[in-house]
Amino acid sequence: MTTTAPTEQDVLTGLADVLQEVVGTAPEAVVPEATFDFHLDVDSLAMVEVVVACEDRFGVRIPDEDLERLRTVGDAVRYIVDAGAAA
Amino acid sequence: MSEPVAVTGLGALTPLGPDVAALWDGLLTGRSGVRLLEEPEFAALPARLAATVDLDGRLDRVEARTLDRVQQVALVAAREAWADAGAPEVEPERLAVVLGSGIGGALTLLSQDAVLRDRGPRSVSPHLVPMLMPNGPAARVGLELGARAGVHCPVSACASGAEAVAQGLALLRSGAADVVVVGGAEACVHPLPLAGFAQMRALSTRHDAPAEASRPYDKGRDGFVLGEGAGVLVLEREEHAAARGARVHARVAGAGLASDAHHITAPDPAGTGAARSVTAALRDAGVGPDEVGHVDAHATSTPLGDVAEATALGLALGAHRPPVTAPKSCTGHLLGAAGAVEAVAAVLSLREGVVPAVRNLDDPDDAVDLDVVRLTPRAHPHEVALSTSFGFGGHDVTLVLTR
Repeated sequence: MTTTAPTEQDVLTGLADVLQEVVGTAPEAVVPEATFDFHLDVDSLAMVEVVVACEDRFGVRIPDEDLERLRTVGDAVRYIVDAGAAA
Repeated sequence: MSEPVAVTGLGALTPLGPDVAALWDGLLTGRSGVRLLEEPEFAALPARLAATVDLDGRLDRVEARTLDRVQQVALVAAREAWADAGAPEVEPERLAVVLGSGIGGALTLLSQDAVLRDRGPRSVSPHLVPMLMPNGPAARVGLELGARAGVHCPVSACASGAEAVAQGLALLRSGAADVVVVGGAEACVHPLPLAGFAQMRALSTRHDAPAEASRPYDKGRDGFVLGEGAGVLVLEREEHAAARGARVHARVAGAGLASDAHHITAPDPAGTGAARSVTAALRDAGVGPDEVGHVDAHATSTPLGDVAEATALGLALGAHRPPVTAPKSCTGHLLGAAGAVEAVAAVLSLREGVVPAVRNLDDPDDAVDLDVVRLTPRAHPHEVALSTSFGFGGHDVTLVLTR
């Protein structure tokens, strides 16, 4: 959890950590334009783990109905930054 | 139809070591894979012995975190068997998997139950269901090999592994597949299953001498030792194996299945169900009782079970007394993996012409009228082997293997 709203770079770095832990993704592959399913090989089960880990790490909630909007790393980073700022 | 099928690949991850070579070496030298469980979570248990495997470095970290331990041991053994078979080129639609487990992903079920209680439902792993389902090991192996002719999981307690071999034989004979990867896997060394087996008074409590705890046919036996691991065989239609010039270790020539309808866990002391499975297997293979060259017995080291099986073998084999061995004296009891690991051992006995000795058989039980091999392995070239497996629930499975 963070006490101040994280920057896009903070979230990108944190997301890379999560992806490395959950699916073994190389950190350099975690770039804004990468899609979770096609480029990063995150299947639907792993995506649930990624979401829960991000929620814990960044202190945000990511409801299931918003998930389909998060196709790329960049989508997720902006969503988490915006959600953190709104919190 | 009763045609045999070829065994072209072998794999085993057992308490005797990381592969088939370690299993065979352990059986021939009479090593024990049993240890005292000294971790604190086992301290309160009345039975604290187990035969465990070493998985360190066998799977990558990401692979390991989405696979229950029973799936991990299955994959390791399947990879060895597949490589040993020369990674046969087979159409995916002609490749099947039959891989049994007695218990399934118990360790995941138990650890995730703790997660649910401690941290709530949103912390429960999304991999929970595929990790705990009993067909998980079969499905994981099927995924890895790309098997599309069917993936099956016989669940018949300690006969599961043998039943998988029987189902694989049936699939090949039916023409539904050219290659079937068969086996069994188990991994449930945890305080709860141990407490449950202990409450049945099924486990040895020889804590002062773990390596002597599993002692089939010995007067001093006091129960089995829980083991973990996996055994896998690649079975192949003879023509398919011949066409690709595959090395054939031995053959599965017949299988016989029966059920006791006697008691949910106790063996039928008359041994009639077990005997019927032996007779059915011999008939299926077209082999007479007198032709049996050795028996790889189920023999778990329980006071009742070993005698019931000996009675059954007497019923089925008449006056014939082939040499008998009992791998569980070294490996412990691998439950749903046992029948598959012991089928691997029986194949090696046939191929090498040697029957390993039963470890810890110091004082043979007078109630056992069998020629049990003890003290040293017996050089014994032979053509036909039996492997018997019996499970809680009254499952009786016998396999006939030939050179």
